Amino acid sequence: MTAIDPTAHLTAEQIEELGRELDAIRDEVIAGRGEKDAAYIRKVISAQRRLELVSRGVLLFSIFPPAWLLGTAGLSVAKIMDNMEIGHNVLHGQWDWMRDPKIHSTTWEWDHVSPSEQWKHSHNELHHTYTNVIGKDNDLGYGIMRVDEDQRWHPFHLGQPLWNFINACFFEYGIAAYDLELGKNLHKRRRKSPEFRARAKAVGRKIRKQVLKDYVIHPLLSGPSFLPTLAATFTANLVRNIWTHSVIMCGHFPEGVQVFERRSIRGETRGRWYLRQMMGSANISGSRAMHFMTGNLSHQIEHHLFPDLPSNRYAEVAVKVRALFEKYELEYVTGPLPKQVFSAWHKVFRLSLPNKKPKVKTPDREQELVAA
Amino acid sequence: MTSAALRSRAWKVLEMVTTPLLPSDYLDLVSPLRAGADLRGRIEAVHPETGDAATVVIRPGRGWRGHTAGQYVRIGVDVEGVRLWRAYSITSPTDRQDGRVTITVKAIPDGKVSNHLVRRAKPGTLIQLDQPTGDFVLPQAKPAKVLYLTAGSGITPVMGMLRDIEFDDVVMVHCAPQPQDVIFRDELHGLVADKKLRLTEVHTDTDGMLDIARLGELVPDWAERETWACGPAGLLDAAEEHWSEHGVQERLHTERFRPGIVVAGDGGEVTFSATGRTVDADGATPLLDIGEEAGVLMPSGCRMGICFGCVTPLKAGAVRDLRTGEITEAEPGVLIQTCVSAAAGPCDIER
Ligand code: FES
Repeated sequence: MTAIDPTAHLTAEQIEELGRELDAIRDEVIAGRGEKDAAYIRKVISAQRRLELVSRGVLLFSIFPPAWLLGTAGLSVAKIMDNMEIGHNVLHGQWDWMRDPKIHSTTWEWDHVSPSEQWKHSHNELHHTYTNVIGKDNDLGYGIMRVDEDQRWHPFHLGQPLWNFINACFFEYGIAAYDLELGKNLHKRRRKSPEFRARAKAVGRKIRKQVLKDYVIHPLLSGPSFLPTLAATFTANLVRNIWTHSVIMCGHFPEGVQVFERRSIRGETRGRWYLRQMMGSANISGSRAMHFMTGNLSHQIEHHLFPDLPSNRYAEVAVKVRALFEKYELEYVTGPLPKQVFSAWHKVFRLSLPNKKPKVKTPDREQELVAA
Repeated sequence: MTSAALRSRAWKVLEMVTTPLLPSDYLDLVSPLRAGADLRGRIEAVHPETGDAATVVIRPGRGWRGHTAGQYVRIGVDVEGVRLWRAYSITSPTDRQDGRVTITVKAIPDGKVSNHLVRRAKPGTLIQLDQPTGDFVLPQAKPAKVLYLTAGSGITPVMGMLRDIEFDDVVMVHCAPQPQDVIFRDELHGLVADKKLRLTEVHTDTDGMLDIARLGELVPDWAERETWACGPAGLLDAAEEHWSEHGVQERLHTERFRPGIVVAGDGGEVTFSATGRTVDADGATPLLDIGEEAGVLMPSGCRMGICFGCVTPLKAGAVRDLRTGEITEAEPGVLIQTCVSAAAGPCDIER
C-alpha cells in the first residue's frame, strides 16, 4: 500500500515466470525429501524432550541458585524449541509426508495455551493465505496496533508501544485471545454463539492444564523448592514469549516490508501470490544456532513462499530464492536480529502517532518523483 | 481402592505432569519396546535366503501376544523417511525360546518395502507392529494327511507351519522358477532327508507352470489330504476350481497375498464413504470442489495447499497432487489435502 509499488517494473509475464521458477524450487525439495530429513526432526524432538526432562529434574532442587539458573535456562530453551522449530513447523504440515501419526499436523499439541486446532486456522489459513493484506491478515498488528501509514489513526494507538510490550510478555495468551478473535467476539450476540463458546471452552481447558502443570504440579513436586520452581517456570514462559514475539515481529514488521490492500488480491494468480509473500516478509540473518532457535523463521521469506517444506531445508532454499530476488530486482529484506527488532519497534513507535497521508516511504524514490 | 483404580489415578497425575504430551512420549525415548507402549519391534538381524529374499529377525515389544502358525503380521517400516505398512507371513515357530519372530520377505520389482527390507534394513532399526492375524492356520485336531501347495513366496506361511507342528504324512508341492529361487531349500531338503516331508519341486522355467488338473500325477491321494495352498491368484483360483469339481472344497485352505495394485488413471469415480455419495470426477478438479458440489461437508481453508486444513483420509484408490503430479495410493493412515488432489482412478474419501 506504499505510494510507490516496488514491483511496478515487472510485467505480468515476468511475474508468472517468477512463479514457475519458485514452483521448480519447491518441486526439487519435495523430490529430495527423505531419510535425512525424517532423522532430523526425530532428533530435534528427542533432544527437546530430553532437555525438558533434565531441566525440570534440575528444578526440583531450584532452592539452590545454580540449579535454578541452569534449570530455568534449560527449560526456556526447551520451550522455545517446542514452540518454534517443532510446534510451529509440525502444525504447518511440514512433516506430514512422513506418515508418522506422532509427528503430524492433525495430532500435534504444543506447550502453549492456544489449542493447536485454533492456531492452525488463524495462522495457517488466515495469515498464510492473506499475508499482509490489511483487514484480512490480522497478524498485522494483531488487531491492536497500527502498522501502516495508510491505516486510520486513533488516539488508542498512542499506547501501542505499551500494548506491544505487554503482548510480548504474555504472548501465548495474546495468541490464544487472537485465535479466538476475542475483540470481535466479545459483543453480546456473538459471545453466545455455540461455536464461539465451544472454542472458548477449549482454550479454557488448555489454559487450565498448562497453568496447572507449570504453576502447581511441578512446584508441588519440588517440595521445599516450590517457590523457586514456580518462579523458574514463570521465567521460562516469559523468556519464550518475548523471544517468539521478537522473532515473529521481525517477520513482517521491519521497514521495507510491504502491506497490501484488499482490492489488490482479487483474482490473484499464483505468480502474484508468490510475489506478495516475497514483498510481505523479512528475514533475520545469523548463525545456524540462530536459525535453529527461531524455528527457521529467520527464513521467513522462504517460509512464506513454501510454508509446508521441512524447516531444515529453508537455508538451502534461501540461496536460490535470494538469487531470484536479484534477478527480478526486488528487495530482499534481511538483517541481524537486533537491527530487525529495532526496526520493528521503531515502526511501532512511529505509527503510534498520526501522520499526514499519503506518505512516501523511500526517500530516494521521493526525489525521483520530485525530479519527474 | 483397587490397585487398578489406583494405577489409573496415578496415571492421570502423571498426565498432568507431562501435558500436553503423554507420559508415554517420554518413556518411548528410553524404552520403546516396554509393556504398555504402542506395539513396536526391533530388527535384530537380516539373513539372506535367496538372491532376492531375506529373513528378518524381529524382537517384538512386550505387548506382543504371539501368533499361530500360518498367520501374518502387518509391519510399518520407514522407507526414505516415509512410514509404509505391509503384511508378511511369520516364518518362525510359535515356541521360539528367545522371544524373537521372523518374517521372510521376497523383494518384488519396484516394491519399496520389500526391497528395503531385503537389501537395506539395518539391525537395530525400530519398526511398527500390529498383532499377528489371519485364519490360514492349522486346525486343533491333527489331520492324518497333509498337502502343502505353494509357489514363490507363498511358501512363507507354510514354512511357519512346517516348523511348528510335525505331521505323520506331509507332502509339499512347491513351484519356483529355478532351484536357486526356492526359499528355505536347504531346510526343506533336510526335512526330506529326515523323512519328515515328501517334497516335489516344480521349476517353472524348465518344467513349465504347474497344471492343477494333473496334480494327481504328483500326489495321487491329493483329494484325501487336508490342503493348505498359498501362491499367486492364478494358482489359487485353479486350485479352488479343481477341489470343488471333485467335491472336496472343504479340505482346501487358501491364503491370498493381495498386492493391492492400484492402476492410476486420470479422473474416476469418487466415493465419499462417510456420506455414502458417489460422483464422477475428472482428473483436473480438486476433490474438495468435487465433494462440495456433491453436497458433502468438506473441511477446507486456504484452498491452495498451504494450510493443511483440508486433510482427509484416503481409504481406497489413488489421487494425483495437482501441483507436482505425484500419485498417492491409499494405505491405512494416508491423509491427503483435498484442495490440491484430484482423482487418479476410482477412489474413496472418508467424508
Ligand atoms: S484447504 Fe488449505 S491445504 Fe487444503
